[in-house]
Amino acid sequence: MSDFRMPSMGADMESGKLVRWKIRPGDRVKRGQVVAAVETAKAVLDIEVFEDGTVRELLVEEGSEVPVGELLARIDGDEQTAGETAEAATAPRPRKAAPERAGPDDSHLPRKPAQPTRPGPGHESRPAASPAARRQARQRGLELSRLRGSGPNGAVLVRDLDQADDRTAAAPSQGFEPEAMRSAIATTMSRAKREIPHFYLSQQVDLNTAEQWLENWNHDRPPAERLLMAGLFIRATALALARFGELNGHYGPDGFRPSSDIHLGLAIHLRGGGLVAPAILHADRMSLGEITAAMQDLVQRARRGGLRGSEFNQGTATVTSLGERGVDRVIGVIQPPQVAMIGFGRPRPRPVAIDDALAVHATVDISLAADHRVCDGHVGARFLNDIDQRLQHPEGL
Amino acid sequence: MNRDALRQAILEELSDIAPDIDTAGVKDTEILREEYDLDSMDVMNLLIAIHKRLQVDIPERDYGRMQTLGELLDYIERQSQ
Repeated sequence: MSDFRMPSMGADMESGKLVRWKIRPGDRVKRGQVVAAVETAKAVLDIEVFEDGTVRELLVEEGSEVPVGELLARIDGDEQTAGETAEAATAPRPRKAAPERAGPDDSHLPRKPAQPTRPGPGHESRPAASPAARRQARQRGLELSRLRGSGPNGAVLVRDLDQADDRTAAAPSQGFEPEAMRSAIATTMSRAKREIPHFYLSQQVDLNTAEQWLENWNHDRPPAERLLMAGLFIRATALALARFGELNGHYGPDGFRPSSDIHLGLAIHLRGGGLVAPAILHADRMSLGEITAAMQDLVQRARRGGLRGSEFNQGTATVTSLGERGVDRVIGVIQPPQVAMIGFGRPRPRPVAIDDALAVHATVDISLAADHRVCDGHVGARFLNDIDQRLQHPEGL
Repeated sequence: MNRDALRQAILEELSDIAPDIDTAGVKDTEILREEYDLDSMDVMNLLIAIHKRLQVDIPERDYGRMQTLGELLDYIERQSQ
C-alpha cells in the first residue's frame, strides 16, 4: 500500500485546493492516470498517480485546502501489474472509464472516458454551440457537452443554458485570479533573485538559413504540418541542454542535481496578466513536428485548462520566446529550483557583416541567465554558441 | 456558407483557441493580433482550425493580408467560390 500526497507544483506552492476527485475507492488506477484536479494560485492542474494499483480510500474532501505533502489517498499496490499489462498489450479489452467524480449519488451522470495521453491541438468532439452560449457557459461553469442544444444541428444556444442545474456544473473555472497569480509570481521571483547568483550572456544569431529553410518547409504543407520558428528554438535548446548538463537540472538543499531528462519549460503569457511555464516533457526526444504539436497543445491547455501537475514541477530548464510582437532581447529570471533560463527575443532583419560585405538578414538575440553556484560563463558561452550552430543547420534539427 | 455563418464559424474557432477573449465584441475592422493579443501560436492554431472546418488552406505568404476579421472573411469567401 502506498500514500498519495499533495504534490508540490512549484517553488511558490504551500498548499493546494483539492477541487475534484476523479477516482473513488475500489477504482483501479494506472501509472500516469489523472486522479484529481488541484487548484493552485496559477492554475487548476490535473494530478497524476505514479504507480498502478487500487484506490483504498480517499482522505480529503473536495473543496479542502491541503498543505503540500499531506496525505490525500491510500492506494493498494498491484502485484499483478506485470501480468495485466502483458495481457492488455496482446488483447485490448474495454475497460471501465474512471468516474467523473466521487460522490454518493452521481453514478447516473454521464461519464467521460479517461483523458487521452497526448491530446493534440485538434478537438473533433467539441460540441456545437453559439459563441454567446459558449462564453456564458464558461462564465457559469457549465460543460457544453452535457447540455442538449436546440439550435441547428443540436447546437447549444443561450436559452439552452437554463436547463442546466448543478448536475451539469462541470469542472471548476480554469481561469486564474490575477491577484493570486501576481502573488505567486512575486514569491517565486523574489526567491530566485534572493537565492540564485545569476549571470547573464547574450548572442546575436543569424537566422537567414533557418528562415529560408522554414519557408521552404511550410510552402506546400497544410497548416497542421507547418512549423514555427519558435519550434526550431525549442528543439535547438533541448539538444544543446543535452550536451551541457550544468544547465539542466534542479538545485536543492544538497546542491545541484543534474537531470538526464530534458523537460523544457515554456514561458506562456496569459491574457489578463499571468505567466505560467509548464514543461514539454522529454523535449530532446521529439522531432521538430512533435515539438511544434507539443507547444500548441501546451499553449492551448494553458489557456483552456488541463495542464498536468507533472508539467508544472518537472521542468529542468525554461525557455522564454517573445515572438514577433516582442522586443529585441529578453534577459530572464531563473525559475527555482532550475538553474537556467534561455531567452529568445523578437526575430527581425538587421544588417550583418558577411566576410567584408554587408547584408540584411533575419536575426535573433538569444540570452542565457544561469546559476553561478553551478557553472561559469565559459560553459554558458559554449552553450549559446552550440544553439547558434544548430540554428545554422536547421535540416539537422 | 454565407458571410454571417462564416463569421460565426470563425468566431467559434477563435473562442475555442482563446477562451479568454470575448468574441461577441469582435469588430470586422480590428487588427486581431493587436486588439486581442494573439501570438503566432494562436494564429497558427486558428488557421489549422479554419483549414479543418472550412477546408480553406491559407498559405503562409498570405498571412500578412489578413490582419482583421473582415480581411479574413474576404479571403475565405474568395477561396471558396
